Amino acid sequence: MSHLFALAVRSAWNRRLTLGLTVIAIALSVALLLGVERLRADARESFSQSVSGTDLVIGARTSPIQLMLYSVFRIGDATNNVRWQSYQAIAARPEIAWTIPLSLGDSHLGYPVLGTDGAYFRHFRHGRAQPLEFAGGAPFREIFETVLGADVAERLGYRLGDKIVLNHGMGDVSVAGHSDKPFTVVGILKRTGTPVDRTVHVSLAAIEAIHLEWQGGAPIPGVSIPPQHVTKFDLTPKNITAILVGLRSRPDVFRVQRYVNEFRDEPLLAVLPGVALDELWRIVGVVERTLFAISAMVVTVGLAGLVAVVLAGLNERRRELAILRSVGARPRDIFVLLSIEGLFVTLCGILGGIAILAAATAALSPWARTHYGLVIEPRLVSLGELQWVLAVLATGLLAALIPAWRACRLSLADGLTPRL
Amino acid sequence: MPAPVVHIENLRFRWRRGDAPCLDIAGFTIDGGERVFLHGASGSGKSTLLALIGGVLTPEAGHVKVLDADLTKMSGPQRDRFRADHIGFIFQQFNLVPYLTVIDNVLLACRFSRRRRERALAGGATLHDEAVRLLDHLDIDAPLRARPVVQLSVGQQQRVAAARALIGWPELVIADEPTSSLDADRQAAFLDLLVRECGEAGVTLVFVSHDMRLAANFTRVIGLASFNRPAAEREAA
Repeated sequence: MSHLFALAVRSAWNRRLTLGLTVIAIALSVALLLGVERLRADARESFSQSVSGTDLVIGARTSPIQLMLYSVFRIGDATNNVRWQSYQAIAARPEIAWTIPLSLGDSHLGYPVLGTDGAYFRHFRHGRAQPLEFAGGAPFREIFETVLGADVAERLGYRLGDKIVLNHGMGDVSVAGHSDKPFTVVGILKRTGTPVDRTVHVSLAAIEAIHLEWQGGAPIPGVSIPPQHVTKFDLTPKNITAILVGLRSRPDVFRVQRYVNEFRDEPLLAVLPGVALDELWRIVGVVERTLFAISAMVVTVGLAGLVAVVLAGLNERRRELAILRSVGARPRDIFVLLSIEGLFVTLCGILGGIAILAAATAALSPWARTHYGLVIEPRLVSLGELQWVLAVLATGLLAALIPAWRACRLSLADGLTPRL
Repeated sequence: MPAPVVHIENLRFRWRRGDAPCLDIAGFTIDGGERVFLHGASGSGKSTLLALIGGVLTPEAGHVKVLDADLTKMSGPQRDRFRADHIGFIFQQFNLVPYLTVIDNVLLACRFSRRRRERALAGGATLHDEAVRLLDHLDIDAPLRARPVVQLSVGQQQRVAAARALIGWPELVIADEPTSSLDADRQAAFLDLLVRECGEAGVTLVFVSHDMRLAANFTRVIGLASFNRPAAEREAA
């Protein structure tokens, strides 16, 4: 067996150009397959890590998925707001332990600006019920103070004490700025691997203050209120975007949900984050399965290429097989020899694919994190991916049996003198 | 009187059912130590007979005994094992596996046969030494041994093949037109070497050729047509 293995490897090395191309094809297909699987697993992971310990998410009536997307994941915009009075009414319910008001809509160089209050830093949880921690500084206290997520600080090179200017709307560079009211960075959060890292946090009052002289989404011409005078105005928000709610006792969740959904003053929606996520996965699942099916087919194409290359090479190797037969190789040995070769090529392809994917992951994960809040962990192979690796290996072995069988038949028919 | 190395009885073989028999041999024997020159026109069934003696093919009827073992009573793997243990082959050309070194090509015969491996070790300290010894005898010196086999001349390749056929002292060496791709001088040189080595090792040699000029070195010269009925009929026709 070991001499067959040595023979197979040397024979493969002898045809390294054609087999090398096959290895590359298999490597790319494996990288694609595992990449899709990795993206799927990590997207789910980072989504489900994004919010923890929140019993309900409340916003204006829309689809549950959309509410989750804009309130928790900062993807897309809110279509409607929640009135401050409604927020206060809900927060006053006896079942409710804490609420976090969220006010979205502004941005800073493409990073979303979130208006909230101190409850955010006390009650928000992510991952496995981990609280937010400060890498430096503390929560904001004054109006024109801000707390930055880890990515914002790192990418834009901000330190405590720096001054930053917010933009209106979500564009990268906005014509309508709030340059007259700069904010001081007073806190920077530790990395969480969630959308929090990409968020610029300010107080609700700050959101009001920078919009004082604004109306209907545009500055009122000729009106400018200097920062030192904003406190003379009432900075209680009129609207917020969404509310995260923690309950005293989980069994109350459906009662509170019904209360919110039947709220009399305005149409509101309360969703359980887990339920909304499940619904999201059901929809995304179709795309995932399609992508996965496509990449599985690409792997099949790669392995079919392997079969084709080995089969095509058999004819010129009939002489070689006859020599092996003459020194006593059994047809079974020929079969094993060719199977080992196919398996060896598949294995090289798989290892290559894992390497390509590891390199791609390492290269692209910072980009995916800052642009999509997607945390792709650089790693060689996860347990979930391993089953696909083994599946490819098994398929490769199965595919290798085709040329092995053919070689076996050929060498039986040829005996010692191949009729070429 | 030692047992014959090859003994064939009432053998009949045809390639496909319905074809006329290609071989029909009432009896044919090769004794130990003989150097047999077997000749016949191309297509007369020489290579088929060698494949039957090698146990690669099985006859439709009759018996093929090699060293008193009846190949027709063995399973395929048993015949393969038997061939590996007792018979060395040299073909017309392309005898070497292109991706193996000269030494590894010689040692290939020991890879599939423990018996040949052990007997080769009895001749040299290591398998490598024994291969080198044989190659030296066959005038394949160290610089030639270091070359990739595809860079050797045909004659050199045939000598490496002879070393492979001889390593581990098989009882029988079968050479199927091994000189037909060599020029006349080299034919004679190769044949001298082969006959000398087989004689020294006490190996029975069956040499197949259609070139009667080479027959001088052999203890017996026999035409396939003289004992194979279909070939005889073809020649008569």
